[in-house]
Amino acid sequence: MNEKCIHVTINGTAVEVAEGTSIICAAEQAGIDIPHLCYLKGLMPEGSCRMCVVEVTRADGIQEIQTACTEPCYEGLVIETNSLAVVQYRKSILEMLMTRHKTNCFSCPQNGRCPLQAYCLEYGVEPGEFENPVLPRETENPFFTFDPNLCIMCRRCQRTCSQVSGRGAITLVGRGYESKLDVPYIHIDTEMCESCGNCVEACPTGALSKTDGVQFRDWEVTRVRTTCPHCAVGCQMDLLVKGGHFVGVEGADGPTNHNRLCVKGRFGSYKFIESDTRLTDPLIKDRATGTFRKASWDEALDLVARRFTEIKNEYGGEALAGFACSRSTNEDIYMLQKMVRTVFGSNNTDNCARV
Amino acid sequence: MTNTFEDITKDSDVIMIVGSNSEEAHPVLGMWLRAAQRRGAKFIVVDPRITGLAENATIHLKLRPGTNVAFANCMVNIILAEGLEDKEFIQSRTDLAKFEELKELTAKYTPDYVSSICNVPAEQLRKAARLYATAKAAPIIYCLGVTEHSTGTEGVMSLSNLAMICGKLGRPGCGVNPIRGQNNVQGACDMGAMPTDYTGYQKVHIPEVREKFEKAWGVELNPNPGMKATDCFPAMIEGKIKGLFIFGEDPVRTDPDTHHVIHALTSLDFLVVDELFMTETAKYADVILPGCSFAEKEGTFSNSERRVQRVRKAITVPGNMRLDSDIFTDIMNRMGYPQPYLTSAQIMDEIASLTPSFAGISHARLDSEEIGGSGLQWPCTSPEHPGTPIMHVGKFSRGEGTYYPSEYKAAQELPDEEYPLYMMTGCNLYHYNAGAMTEKTPGLMELSGHSYIEINTADAEKAGIHSGERIRVSSRRGTISSEARVSDKTNPGECWMPFHFLDGNANWLTNAALDSIARAPEYKVCAVRIEKIPEDEAYDEEGNYITQAMLASKRFAEYMEQMSAAAQCSGDLRDRATVTESNDDCSKRYYK
Repeated sequence: MNEKCIHVTINGTAVEVAEGTSIICAAEQAGIDIPHLCYLKGLMPEGSCRMCVVEVTRADGIQEIQTACTEPCYEGLVIETNSLAVVQYRKSILEMLMTRHKTNCFSCPQNGRCPLQAYCLEYGVEPGEFENPVLPRETENPFFTFDPNLCIMCRRCQRTCSQVSGRGAITLVGRGYESKLDVPYIHIDTEMCESCGNCVEACPTGALSKTDGVQFRDWEVTRVRTTCPHCAVGCQMDLLVKGGHFVGVEGADGPTNHNRLCVKGRFGSYKFIESDTRLTDPLIKDRATGTFRKASWDEALDLVARRFTEIKNEYGGEALAGFACSRSTNEDIYMLQKMVRTVFGSNNTDNCARV
Repeated sequence: MTNTFEDITKDSDVIMIVGSNSEEAHPVLGMWLRAAQRRGAKFIVVDPRITGLAENATIHLKLRPGTNVAFANCMVNIILAEGLEDKEFIQSRTDLAKFEELKELTAKYTPDYVSSICNVPAEQLRKAARLYATAKAAPIIYCLGVTEHSTGTEGVMSLSNLAMICGKLGRPGCGVNPIRGQNNVQGACDMGAMPTDYTGYQKVHIPEVREKFEKAWGVELNPNPGMKATDCFPAMIEGKIKGLFIFGEDPVRTDPDTHHVIHALTSLDFLVVDELFMTETAKYADVILPGCSFAEKEGTFSNSERRVQRVRKAITVPGNMRLDSDIFTDIMNRMGYPQPYLTSAQIMDEIASLTPSFAGISHARLDSEEIGGSGLQWPCTSPEHPGTPIMHVGKFSRGEGTYYPSEYKAAQELPDEEYPLYMMTGCNLYHYNAGAMTEKTPGLMELSGHSYIEINTADAEKAGIHSGERIRVSSRRGTISSEARVSDKTNPGECWMPFHFLDGNANWLTNAALDSIARAPEYKVCAVRIEKIPEDEAYDEEGNYITQAMLASKRFAEYMEQMSAAAQCSGDLRDRATVTESNDDCSKRYYK
């Protein structure tokens, strides 16, 4: 690598980073967390919330306040991430945001994982008077809701929709203080919005939240990393489990999805598992009446083994076949074809690849 | 796939997509493709239908369904005629005798000739060929639009010929990339659920291979390659297959020509189904064994890029279900084969010990810090091997790259006077195959809950059909009702239907004509007729118009009720005779 290295000092610690690295990334490399709201990895930084301001002193002695997400590191830059001026600045930003954020943490699914809530606690900012008229929540989409009263206009959802999902279904309307996000869920514009929910995952506050999100608090869930059961892209995701039940799915940073999921992966991967239509016991059919009755495993397996053995003895193994499921695991499929080859005695095994 | 999703979408300047509506069938790949479009990559989309990607493509070849081979041969013809081939690559890495054969065969596929077969302007074909051939890096991405034809294998081989003459293999941003349909269809083939191959494509007919498996498994194995699944159905009717074990498939809903499938299943002496739900197929079983879903077990899936990734147990669902691998072990033991009960990790170790391309893969390694949750791409031949993101680098796996020149053959069933429209089938954004998973998510049913058919404006006008109207669709194999969606997404004389829905399931209509080599059914082309629903069937007793959505919700409610009844074993299921009724009969029964 002939990448040029830049040397900076962050809070008194010398740090070496590649040329072009932003201050916020350099700080992260040094293990220093700079508060931020509109900045999200994977999106173009835009420095609009100004929570990530830091105090920088250039090599030529010029001192200024800069947003750490948009400002690149220069050789010899000295950065203070928590100077008095910076703290004051952030405090006033939070106070302004809180006049537009209707505080209802008690019923908000984001409670406990909301950076706005955490920063207000850290910087000693109390909820102010909510000055705006209360707008109705938009609940048309079956999977998520938009509460404009919680929106802090960081536009992470809008940028995620256009930059990550590549859609552009969320737009900004109005100007200045009047501006607001126009989310498509009001009329479910299925041409533009794919209901992938990547925007919901990007929202720092509870403005965009999953309908199922009201079932749990973040600290109550266990996350189990797995591979999506739908198409063959193989997205990595976390199944959210609370008290032995599924309450949702989150995208994870897998090699093929980098936190993205689609509508099927995010919302269609867990409800079927606990559906009350799941078969729970072996069933045996009475051929005469065509009805099934419950059976024990022993009875059902004995019958299966007996009938397959009879057919094999009478017509040979090639009269038996076993199809594997291309949705199941490699290990299950291996065992199925092993069963066909070892005890059925034929190679009549296949999977749904052809159909 | 020869390459990875990342390199084909990030390191390419041109992307050729043939018969793949990735935005709906593989939506996260769709997101990466849209990102590629935004950064300026040029798209050549070859699809009979205007998909989202086609709309924004540099060139959209809206070809006639079933003419992929002619298209690919024409690309080769133009590239060779204009001298745009990669002569160095052809000379150094490929079979020159076969190349001459290809050159000879494609000579007659001139743009003017193919223009008449594919129904696209010759100039568009030339432009597409030039764009692909002159790109620095360009992948061919294809999906079931290429394979689900009676000439599907030829379609794939013709695309591979095209990539070879342009030297677009074995490097980032190139390759021939089938986007597999199901999460683990790659794995199912890798794991030897194939009549001709053991794990890792080791051939059943090769004595040394069979001996290796006989030694490892301690049993004599049948040396004759088996029967492909799609061939098994006619064999059941003929009485050659008497007993069948189906693990997690629902052929009654997913296989072509439903009447034929049901006939086959009812011809069996004994049918066992290992399932999560009382599916349409399970209803025909003699014994149903309740298995476990992906979230109740440990294991691995292999994605389209040959990447083996972990699946982990998250919950235990109350009930007497058993792990599927344990069910198979139960049966093996009861049929006299001493198979010990193994954990998923132990099974993978056995796979690795018998499969050179999986030798370096284990659950422990997949869970290790070294791998960091990114899985391993086979071939991975030893515990130190990092896996293989891109195949055929520097040299083809088989040595010298070869060509498979193939002639174009028309689809097996073409429109005629009685059935004047081409019908294609496909997937929509909200559902997955027969919907076993997605139809149990109410939100997805709300967004897309009933059968529909996309028909061209001109055809609709001719038949006096309006968008949103419930219409009758018939083929030689069946009749269903579906909602008309009128647009110019398909060409005049062509229509398209999703295959997810219980009401108006497209597979009552599709043709079970099989690909001569891979035996995949021709889902993408059959001939149908569309008609208005007769007055007396369009309305219920009170004179209210019956929409497809109403029909679907009735049908679906009954279906779910039956499933719940089966799950609790409290109600009688419909017997074999009544299940064979088609959707139209259902509508009569509900409303008359």
